[in-house]
Amino acid sequence: MSTVTYRDALNQALKEEMQRDDRVFLMGEEVGVYQGAYKVSKGLLQEFGEMRVVDTPITELGFAGIGVGAAMVGLRPVIEFMTWNFALLAIDQVVNAAAKLLYMSGGQFNIPIVFRGPNGAALQLSAQHSQAFESWLAHIPGLKVVSPGTPRDAKGLLKSAIRDDNPVVFFEGEMLYNTKGDVPDEEYVIPIGQAELKREGDHCTIVTYGKSALMAVQVADQLEKDGIRVDVVDLRTIRPMDVAAITASVRKTNRAVVLEEGWEVCGVGAQIVDHIQRDCFDDLDAPVIRVHQADVPMPYAKNLERAAKPDVAKTIAAVKKVMYLPD
Amino acid sequence: MSPTANGVALLRAMIRIRRFEERCAELYQEEKIRGFLHLYIGEEAIAVGVMQSLTPEDAIVATYREHGHALARGIDMNRVMAEMYGKATGTSGGRGGSMHLFDAKTRFFGGNAIVGGHLPLAAGLALADRMQGRGVVTACFFGDGAVAEGEFHETLNLAALWQLPVLFCCENNRYAMGTALERAQSETELALKAASYRIPAWPVDGMDVVAVEGAARRATGAIRAGEGPHFIEFRTYRFRAHSMFDPDLYRSKGEVETWRRRDPITLLTDRLRGEGAVDDAALEGIEREVAAEIDAAAAFAESSEWEPVETLARHVTSEAPS
Ligand SMILES: Cc1ncc(C[n+]2csc(CCOP(=O)(O)OP(=O)(O)O)c2C)c(N)n1
Ligand SMILES: [Mg+2]
Repeated sequence: MSTVTYRDALNQALKEEMQRDDRVFLMGEEVGVYQGAYKVSKGLLQEFGEMRVVDTPITELGFAGIGVGAAMVGLRPVIEFMTWNFALLAIDQVVNAAAKLLYMSGGQFNIPIVFRGPNGAALQLSAQHSQAFESWLAHIPGLKVVSPGTPRDAKGLLKSAIRDDNPVVFFEGEMLYNTKGDVPDEEYVIPIGQAELKREGDHCTIVTYGKSALMAVQVADQLEKDGIRVDVVDLRTIRPMDVAAITASVRKTNRAVVLEEGWEVCGVGAQIVDHIQRDCFDDLDAPVIRVHQADVPMPYAKNLERAAKPDVAKTIAAVKKVMYLPD
Repeated sequence: MSPTANGVALLRAMIRIRRFEERCAELYQEEKIRGFLHLYIGEEAIAVGVMQSLTPEDAIVATYREHGHALARGIDMNRVMAEMYGKATGTSGGRGGSMHLFDAKTRFFGGNAIVGGHLPLAAGLALADRMQGRGVVTACFFGDGAVAEGEFHETLNLAALWQLPVLFCCENNRYAMGTALERAQSETELALKAASYRIPAWPVDGMDVVAVEGAARRATGAIRAGEGPHFIEFRTYRFRAHSMFDPDLYRSKGEVETWRRRDPITLLTDRLRGEGAVDDAALEGIEREVAAEIDAAAAFAESSEWEPVETLARHVTSEAPS
């Protein structure tokens, strides 16, 4: 094991997969000469050259689609969006091309492409730069959607995403890049579609993914001091969702809180709650509670932003509420 | 018109923006201003020069690098500074921040942080103005990086096809973040792109505020006379990094130094001195007044209240009765 940042874990995954398979290439804004807007691609241009680390002008729709075209004939592009906010300009190619070319062609064309970049709010970047888009893309059949919260998961899942024959949407977190964690020294992958219990407890389940998984672990650690033991189910993949892991936990704890960074309406949490009500209806001792961003575009002001974001205190309050405990 | 009749006012306007942003950079270090902060230092001649050609009824649409445009347009510095702090007295009540300055009264339509995203908005303003018979111009400011986006090309084509009254002001500072223009464009003469849509277009020295003003007056005059959209490529340079997060490693110190020798403020100062229009005392006077205004703006922002969190959900949807 080594202690590695989330950023370096992603960098290792890219590097190892590019060494392993020369069909893999990285393309996006500032990935080469600049070494990545968030330095995820540091050193890759030097190692693999301009053919495989491709700098683009600010042309999200164009380079996303060019990636899809290259994938149709067997290359394995990794498309970096500087942030997912800007990927909105490219969404046509993700949704109308990558996600459905295999189906529309009656199975003739695999699209082995990864669309990746930071997602969700950082600090005071305001409305156009602070958005979490998991539910948008998880809605689309034909896409796999991954959102790892730790360096280990980030590396193992990015390697799987690159090896997958399907388009994979890979959500990173601007606030995660500097976080550190243990990463195995030996080669490993983490399969897409497998949740992991990040904490074990029998009083309540928190189902979450991505950056929020870190928050859920903090919540569990804090509640443990009050004798409340929480199961933290970190989905890691949103589509396909590891429903068995959710139901196994909720059947044990009989209570669930669903935590996500994004907005409530039609959010990923709504899908999770649907699985819980379908599969665990008779096991539940309380209605499931969701914790999420307030239903507003992200404000700039520090106090407003804090009020809009989910946090440890709000999640603890939700756990206590599903346990019918006083705050 | 004597080219420098208005020279001292132009100089003062540029110095005011420069010093304001220098203070903003300090306030950023003090963590009073947060998030992304994109300084316009080096490019002031463009906003100042173009504004001379606009009437209060004209519209302005800008990018995230828009403090200079907001000040040159006449938005109260106190409210601009308060927005940078995120205070309730700011132009957007703290909801927008440095990248999202808006002011309906001066027809200042942002403060837009998606590259290229505001070009169609500008054409839409112009379309509405024409539909409603207002003979005004919309000035749209954007960088060289935006020229690569599809929204740029869709907008230029439609603006030309429909002969919309838009002045496209391309602030070509040669870099989009770390990407040099030659690495982004197959054709680096950006005016040719606009010309291919049959839009009158030409390059102008963006470090010479008098040249900027002259070009803008010529273009807005033609637009007002019904000659459709115009495009000016202002050749300029940003003296600072892209944002406070940018280590600025993609250009040489020598290149930056060469451009600094063409600092728009120095160029105009030298010229006005040569003509006897300003002397040391006059310059000191300008600096003193500007510093006092900035001190007052920072004090205003500092002492202003935060927007109460109870109002978090205000303005998500319209409060007008439907
Ligand atoms: C659609 C989109 N893609 C990427 C970004 C990130 N970004 C912000 S500013 C910028 C560079 C823009 O350069 P340019 O248009 O030349 O304007 P300048 O910053 O030089 O004034 C980039 C890539 C963004 N905000 N929007
Ligand atoms: Mg530029």
